[in-house]
Amino acid sequence: MTDSSYAFVQTETAERLPPPGRTTGVIFWLRNNLFSSLSNTILTIVVGLFLLWLVPLLYQFLIGHAVFSGTADDCRVADVGACWIFIANRINFITYGFYPQTEYWRPNVVFWVGLVLVVPLVWSKAPFKIANAALFFILYPIAAFVLLSGGVFGLEQIPTEKWGGLMVTLILSVVGVVGSFPIGVVLALGRRSNLPIVKTFSILFIELWRAVPLITVLFMVSVMLPLFMPEGVTIDKLLRALVGVTVFYGAYMAEVVRGGLQALPRGQYEAASALGLNYWKSMTFIILPQALKYVIPGIVGTLISLVKDTSLVSIIGIFDLLNAIQSAGSDSAWSTPTKSITGYAFAIGIFFVLCFSLSRYSVYMENRLNTGHKR
Amino acid sequence: MSIDNIENVVDSVDRSKMKVSANEVAVDIIGMHKWYSDFHVLRDINLKVMKGERIVIAGPSGSGKSTLIRCINRLEEHQKGQIFVDDIELTNDIKKIDEVRREVGMVFQHFNLFPHLTILQNLTLAPIWVRGIPKAEAEATAMHYLERVKIPEQANKFPGQLSGGQQQRVAIARSLCMNPKIMLFDEPTSALDPEMIKEVLEVMVKLAEDGMTMICVTHEMGFARQVANRVIFMDQGQIIEQNEPEAFFSNPQHERTKLFLSQILH
Repeated sequence: MTDSSYAFVQTETAERLPPPGRTTGVIFWLRNNLFSSLSNTILTIVVGLFLLWLVPLLYQFLIGHAVFSGTADDCRVADVGACWIFIANRINFITYGFYPQTEYWRPNVVFWVGLVLVVPLVWSKAPFKIANAALFFILYPIAAFVLLSGGVFGLEQIPTEKWGGLMVTLILSVVGVVGSFPIGVVLALGRRSNLPIVKTFSILFIELWRAVPLITVLFMVSVMLPLFMPEGVTIDKLLRALVGVTVFYGAYMAEVVRGGLQALPRGQYEAASALGLNYWKSMTFIILPQALKYVIPGIVGTLISLVKDTSLVSIIGIFDLLNAIQSAGSDSAWSTPTKSITGYAFAIGIFFVLCFSLSRYSVYMENRLNTGHKR
Repeated sequence: MSIDNIENVVDSVDRSKMKVSANEVAVDIIGMHKWYSDFHVLRDINLKVMKGERIVIAGPSGSGKSTLIRCINRLEEHQKGQIFVDDIELTNDIKKIDEVRREVGMVFQHFNLFPHLTILQNLTLAPIWVRGIPKAEAEATAMHYLERVKIPEQANKFPGQLSGGQQQRVAIARSLCMNPKIMLFDEPTSALDPEMIKEVLEVMVKLAEDGMTMICVTHEMGFARQVANRVIFMDQGQIIEQNEPEAFFSNPQHERTKLFLSQILH
C-alpha cells in the first residue's frame, strides 16, 4: 500500500467561495420565472395580453365610468359603469335589513364589541386568553342575542323576521364557524371511539348530514319541522337556519378532523398512554393539538364554504346580504341598467374580504404552530 | 463464537447499588397468551421479575419481544393468563391500567416525543396533569433529569431541533420525571447512529447503577453482558431460554439460541 495513488489527506480547509452568478434581482427573477423556456415565454405573453384586455375593462366598469354621486338618473346613461350611488343609497337596508332605523345602534354595538373580543382572541400574543375566550364564547352570545332581539330592559322587541342584510350574514357565519368546529371535533372523536353506541351514532349522524344537500336541509328545517311541532309551538326561523347550517357543516368538519386524527403516528397515542394520561387528557394535550394542526387547510376550506353557503338561506326567505341586495334592486326607483351587477360586485367584495381574511389567518396559524419537526 | 467478542458499552460498571430484591416482585406474568386475530404471538409466557432486576430480552425479529413488554403497560392486551405489575393485576379496569402506567416508564424505538411541545413541556406534562405536581416543582425535576442525561441546554427547544440520540435521552428523562418503579425499553437504540447509541446506552447504564428495575428489548449484547442480571431469549412467541449473561453467552443450551448467537457474535 506504499505507492497507492488514491491515498489523500486534506491538509487545509477549503476556501469559502461566493455563489456563482447573480441569483437575485428583477432581471434574474424575470428570466427565471417568466421566460425560462419557450413554452413559458408563450404562456407569459398570452396571459399578459389577457390581462391587458381585462384590467382596463374592469377599471372602466368599477371606477372609470362608474357613478359615485348624483341621483338614479345619472346611472341611466349609455355606457354607464357601476352604479355605486345605488349601494350608497340603500346601504342601510343592505346592512340591517328591516331592522328599525332608530335601533341601528344595537347591531352596531354587537358588531364592535364582537370585533374587540375577537381580535385579541385570534392574535396569539394577546394576554388573558381564558378570560377572553369565556367572554366571547359564553357571555357575548347571550348579551348579543338579548341586545339584538330586545323585549327586556325597556328595549323594543324586534323579531328576527326584521333582521337582515350583512348583519344576518355575519351572524350566520360567526355562529356557524364557532358552532360547527366543536361539533366536528366531538363527532370525529366519536367516530373513532371504542364504544359501539357512540361510534354508530357518530357514523350515522355524519353520513346522514353529508348525504343531503344544504338546500334540502334548509327546506326541511323551515317547512317540514313546523309540521311535526305541537300546535302553538314555533321555533324561530333564523334559529332553525342557524342550527341547520351549523350541524350540516359540523358533519363536514368531523371528517376533516378525523383525517388529522388518522394522520397522527400511533406512537403519539402510545407515548401519551404510557405516561399515564387518560383519554381526555391525551386528546386535549397531545392528540388534538397536533391533529388539528395537520388539517388547518381543510378546516379553513370548510369554514370558507360555510361563510359562502350562508347565502343559501335566502331560499327560505331570510334576508341575508345577497337577498337584501337583490330586494333593494327591485325598487322601481332604481331601475337602472347596472344596479344588479353593481349589487353583485358589492356582494363579491364583502364575501371576498370575509373569506380571504379567513384564509390569511390560516396561513398565520400554520406558521405560528410550525415547530420544525418536519425533517 | 465467544463472549469475549462482545464489546463493552462503557469502560466499567458500578454494581454496588444493583441489588435484586429477594422477595419484592415487580412484574409477575403467569401463563400469558396473546393472539393477533388467528396468529398466536405469545404462547404461555411465565416471567417473574424481582425489584432491582435488569432483564434483557433478545431474539429474532417477530419473536414477540416487543409485544411482551408492551403487554406489561397494556399497550397490548393479553387474552389469557395473568399479569401483575407491582401487585396490581392488569384487567379491563381502566383505573388499574392508569395506575400501572403511572408507575411504569416506557422508552420507544422511535422516541415518540411530542413534537408540538418544547423539551421542558414534554417532561412536565405528565407530572403536572397525571400526578398533580405544581408546575414550578415539575420544572425543577425536569431540569434535574435533563442534567442527568446531559442536555439541560436544550430545555426550550422543540424535539425536531434535536439529534436522534438527544431525543432518545429526552424520552428517557421524560419517563423518569414520573418517578417510575419499573422502566421498559423497546429497542431504544435501534433507530440511532452508532455514535448516538453510545450516549443513550451510557444513560441506561447510569440508570441501572442507581438500582432501577429495567426490562429491555435490545440487540446491544454488550449492554446485556455488562448490565443485565438475566438474559431472556425468545423465539416464535415463547421464552426458550433464560440465564445469567455469562452462562447465556458462553454456554447456550438451546439450538435456536446457539444459531442466534452465532449470527450476531463473530
